[in-house]
Amino acid sequence: MFEKTGVATREMVMTKFPPIERINRGPVAVVECYQKIPCNPCQTACPVGAIAIGDDINNIPVRDEEKCGGCGVCVAKCPGLSIMIVDGSKSDETVEFRIPYEFLPLPEAGEMVTGLDRAGKPICRAKVIRVMNPAAFDRTPVITLEVAREYLYDFRNFKREV
Amino acid sequence: MKEVELLIIGSGPAGLCAAVSAAESGAKVLVLERTFKPGGQLIKQTHMFFGSESQYASHRGVDIAGILLDKVKEYGDRIEIMLNCTAVGFYEDNVVTVLRDEKEYFKIKAKSIICATGAYEKSLAFPNNDLPGIYGAGAVQTLMNVYGIRPGNRVLMVGAGNIGVIVSYQLMQAGIEVAAVLDAAPRIGAYLVHASKLARMGVPILTSHTVKEAIGTDCLEAAIVCEVDDKFRPIPGTEKRYDVDVMCISVGLSPLNELLAMRGVEMKYVGQLSGYVPMRTENCETSIPGIFVAGDASGIEEASSAMAEGYLAGLCAAASLGHVPEDFEQRRREYLKQLDGLRSGPVGDRIRAGMAISKL
Repeated sequence: MFEKTGVATREMVMTKFPPIERINRGPVAVVECYQKIPCNPCQTACPVGAIAIGDDINNIPVRDEEKCGGCGVCVAKCPGLSIMIVDGSKSDETVEFRIPYEFLPLPEAGEMVTGLDRAGKPICRAKVIRVMNPAAFDRTPVITLEVAREYLYDFRNFKREV
Repeated sequence: MKEVELLIIGSGPAGLCAAVSAAESGAKVLVLERTFKPGGQLIKQTHMFFGSESQYASHRGVDIAGILLDKVKEYGDRIEIMLNCTAVGFYEDNVVTVLRDEKEYFKIKAKSIICATGAYEKSLAFPNNDLPGIYGAGAVQTLMNVYGIRPGNRVLMVGAGNIGVIVSYQLMQAGIEVAAVLDAAPRIGAYLVHASKLARMGVPILTSHTVKEAIGTDCLEAAIVCEVDDKFRPIPGTEKRYDVDVMCISVGLSPLNELLAMRGVEMKYVGQLSGYVPMRTENCETSIPGIFVAGDASGIEEASSAMAEGYLAGLCAAASLGHVPEDFEQRRREYLKQLDGLRSGPVGDRIRAGMAISKL
């Protein structure tokens, strides 16, 4: 199905998430790269060596959830925009996501937006916490959003409501 | 008649890397570029490239053009780029005829030549496919990203390969609606991370679909699409109408290398490389010594491979002229290793098969 629609199945998504205990401990990267393609900037970018591809540039990246501190450097570096940071340490009701977003105008902190799933379907509302767009991110802004916990495995994108 | 040591035809990723590589070895290089700006297709690529650090992965294509042109400047005394110059003929005595600004016609004679002429977009046959509003996807990308012109308001993208999904994404970034992306193949051809970027924006990707006809009087008003079976035959009763003012055709590229055929190098049709390609050695040298090929002109691949091939061809062409650096063999092996890596995965199966058939 994924190869027909570009929408990963729940089973595929779950293989990329660390256990909920790890998510609740603090930010960690979720690397949604499912296909062997010749690409390795995530490995090169990671300052703590938490993403491994190995000698064959076609290998699928493997993220070490213990080494990964969720710094998010990889998020803006992945040419496929396949990486996001999830953080369940802030509250019992919500999780924070950091996702790449390359559309203008950018949202503003505090703004409420519509949360979308992997098929672009509206599933919830989400609150923009922070908008990061430093030169080092090279025009791939990273948006932090607060999302109700029940959408942890479904939320993947958002659209502005204005 | 202008006489040069090494002539490179094309200033895209392959041509620029070849120029830098050859100049680094000590060769004097002239690069011909048919448009007003060097960089080939790089200048309209606003997305980050795949590959590894060696091919500037994670940089945007347009910025890679800048990086390569900075390197060209470092060898300013050895590299000249002539803009608005189209190579139109290539003769037995290594004379290339050139048309500048579509009016001035002159000859260049070169000791060695690298053909880095790239590719052209394939078309698709369906009723009314000549209506204004129906473009090649690459043309729309040029309009948007080079000239800042909005091609229309609502787009149907035909072809879910990398170019189709990347241009769709860039259309959305420009605020243009993409109604759907369709492809006759049963599976998405693009890297799936690109497809997922579109999918989560809510753009449907319809595999096993094709265009039945375009509708419009003076320009495109709608497209009728339908499903196809596993033999690519339209399935009656599955027609759907999309009201769109732009249709982008992105059904693949073909190598652009008629100059090499004119010169008489040995050519072969290789389906895996998307058309007629020159037979060549692992050093990118064709059946005629001193004539090299690099990039899409030798078979359709990614820009990352074009750059690695360019560096290799430049190194080897310079060596054929007597400019052999001390670390020649080490560098040659490094470029070959990069190419092996880029072609080693499952998406490289087709390329590897094509390379085997076209090897001298």
